[in-house]
Amino acid sequence: MIRIIATLLFAVAASCAAASPARVVSMNLCTDQLAMLIASPGQLVSVSALSQDPVMSAMVDEAKTYKANQGRAEEVFIMRPDLVLAGAFTARSTVAMLKRLGFRVEVFQPSQNFADIHTNIKRMGVLLGHEDRASKLLVSFDRELAKFASDSSGPNAPLAAAYYPGGRTSGKKTLMNGIMEAAGWRNFGAELGITGIGNMPLELLVMNRPDAVINAENDALGPVLANENFRHPALLGAIKSGMGLFTIPNRFELCGGPFTIEAVRALDGLRQKISVPVGRSQ
Amino acid sequence: MKRSFSFPLLMGLLILATGVLGVVSLLIGPADVSPLRALTALFYEDGAISLVMREIRLPRAILGVSIGISLGLSGAALQGYLRNPLAEGGILGIGSSAALGAVLAIYTGLATVFPLALPLFALTGAFLAVAILFALSGSSYGGSLTLVLAGIAVSSLAAAFTSLVLNLASNPFASYEMVFWMLGSLADRSMLHVELALPFMVLGWIAIGFSAPALDALSLGSDTAASLGVKLSRVRTLVIMGAAASIGAATAVAGSISFVGLVAPHMLRPFVGSRPGRLLPASAFGGAILLTAADIVSRLVAPDRDLKLGVVTALVGAPFFLWLVFRSDRKLP
Repeated sequence: MIRIIATLLFAVAASCAAASPARVVSMNLCTDQLAMLIASPGQLVSVSALSQDPVMSAMVDEAKTYKANQGRAEEVFIMRPDLVLAGAFTARSTVAMLKRLGFRVEVFQPSQNFADIHTNIKRMGVLLGHEDRASKLLVSFDRELAKFASDSSGPNAPLAAAYYPGGRTSGKKTLMNGIMEAAGWRNFGAELGITGIGNMPLELLVMNRPDAVINAENDALGPVLANENFRHPALLGAIKSGMGLFTIPNRFELCGGPFTIEAVRALDGLRQKISVPVGRSQ
Repeated sequence: MKRSFSFPLLMGLLILATGVLGVVSLLIGPADVSPLRALTALFYEDGAISLVMREIRLPRAILGVSIGISLGLSGAALQGYLRNPLAEGGILGIGSSAALGAVLAIYTGLATVFPLALPLFALTGAFLAVAILFALSGSSYGGSLTLVLAGIAVSSLAAAFTSLVLNLASNPFASYEMVFWMLGSLADRSMLHVELALPFMVLGWIAIGFSAPALDALSLGSDTAASLGVKLSRVRTLVIMGAAASIGAATAVAGSISFVGLVAPHMLRPFVGSRPGRLLPASAFGGAILLTAADIVSRLVAPDRDLKLGVVTALVGAPFFLWLVFRSDRKLP
C-alpha cells in the first residue's frame, strides 16, 4: 500500500517537474538573481526584498520590476506559486511550513566556488524549463572567466586578505577565495587554515602585512560596531606603512552568478595596479 | 573584627598579581612573538611587532585591568552602601542600562560624529539605573530581595530596549552584535577606547574613594553613622556617581560584564576584617585580577573563536551567586 502511494506521489511529482512552472516565487537574494536571468517574462512572480537593495544586489533595476517579498510563508502562500526557490539559509521553519502546505520548494546551496556557480545555474535552468538559456549563460561566463586565466598564480602570486567588519575573513570554500584565485591572488585566510567565514585577528593582519586587504563595500548599510575595525590605529598604522586597503562592491561577491566576473575583474585590475614584485617573500 | 592578614601585605600581593597578569595578558595573542621581543617592542621601535604591542595588546591589557578595577570597586561600594551582599552592577542591571545608552549612541550614528557621545550615553544609562535602584532601596527598609528583583526588572527592560534598537538599526548586521553588549569582549579594542573610557573610570574611582570613610561608619548602621557626622546624602551621591561613571565607561567600550563586581568583594572580605573602607581598594585589584584572568582564559581556551568575556565570568560567577543565595537563604530568620 505504502509503495503504491509512494509510486503515485513520485509520478505526480515527476509530472509536475516535467512541465515548466508558471508562477515562481524566489525568497533568497542568490536564487532571485539567477531566476531573473533565466526565467521567461511573467514566469517569475516575486523576488526577495534584498534583491532591490543596491548594496547587496547586482540586479537592482531588474528586481524592481518584480513584487518584493520579505521571505514570510504567508506572503508566499497568497501568491500561490507552483515553485518556490529558497536558499540554504532561508528560515527552516518557513521552508518547512511551505512544504507542509503542499508547495514545491527547491533549496539552493550558496556557491562556494566557481563549480558551484555552474551547478546552480544549470539547476536553475532545469527547474525553470530553460536549460538552453542556462547553458548560454554558462558559455559566456566561462569565456569571460578565461580572460583572467592567471599567469601569476602559484606560490609567487601576491597575497590578499579579505577583511570585513567585525574582523571576519573568507577562508577556503568561499566564493571570495575562488574570486581571489581566479584573479591571481593567494588568499591569506585560506593559508591560515580557515574554512568558510572565520575570524582574522588584527594582529596577524598587521604582522603578516598582505599585499592587499580587501573589504566588501557596505558602508551604506549604516553604523554598526563591527565597522570600528577599520578605524583601529593598528590597521591604520599598517596601511600608512604600505599595506593596501581596497573595497570591492558587496553585490558582486555575495552571490555566485555571471556578475561574480565583476569581482574577479576588480581584483585582477588591483593586482595589475599594485604590480607586486614577483617572488616577494613572506 | 578579626584580622588574620596584614592589610599592606594583602594590597602588595594583589597589586603584584595584577601586574603579573597584566604582563601575561601582553604576551598572549595570535601573532607568534617571543615574550622578550614582545616586551622590548613596547618601548623600542620594532616595526609591525611594535604596532601589535602598542596598538592591540597594550590597550587590551589596560582595559582589562581598568575595567576590572571599575567593576570590583563599584561592586564593593554598592554592597557596602546598600548593605546587601547581592548588590553588583551586572545583577542590578546597571551594566545592561549602560549598554543601552552605548547602543543608542553607536547605532544612531551619533558616536561616529561625536565620539564622546559613547561614554556619555553609557554613563547616563548607568546613572538612571543606579538612581532608580537607590530610590527603591530607600523606600523599603531591609529590602535585600526588593533590590535584586528591581535589578532583574531594570536589566530585562534595558536588554529589551537594546534588542529593539539593534533590530530597528538600519544595518541588518546590527542584531548580531547583541552578544557583544550582553556578554562583553575586549577583542581588538584600541587606544581610542582607552582614551574614551579611562578618564571617566578614574573619576568614578575617585568618587568612590571619597566614600570610603563613610562606608566604614555606615557598617555600624545608618543612625550610628549619622551620629558620627556622616552625611548620608553625600555618601549616596558619591556612590551613585562613582558606580555610574565607572560601570558606564567600562560598559561603553567592552559591553556589560557580569559577576566580577559580585565575586571580588566576597572573596576578599574575610581578608580585610569586613571593613568596607579597606575592602574598596582590595576589591578593586581583586576585580582587575579576575577580569584580566578571565580575558586570558577566553583567549587561551578558544584563540580563534572570540569567546566572549562574560561567558568566562558567568561560568565562575553564576555558581558563586547561587551559593551566596543559598547561604543567605539559610541565614534568614
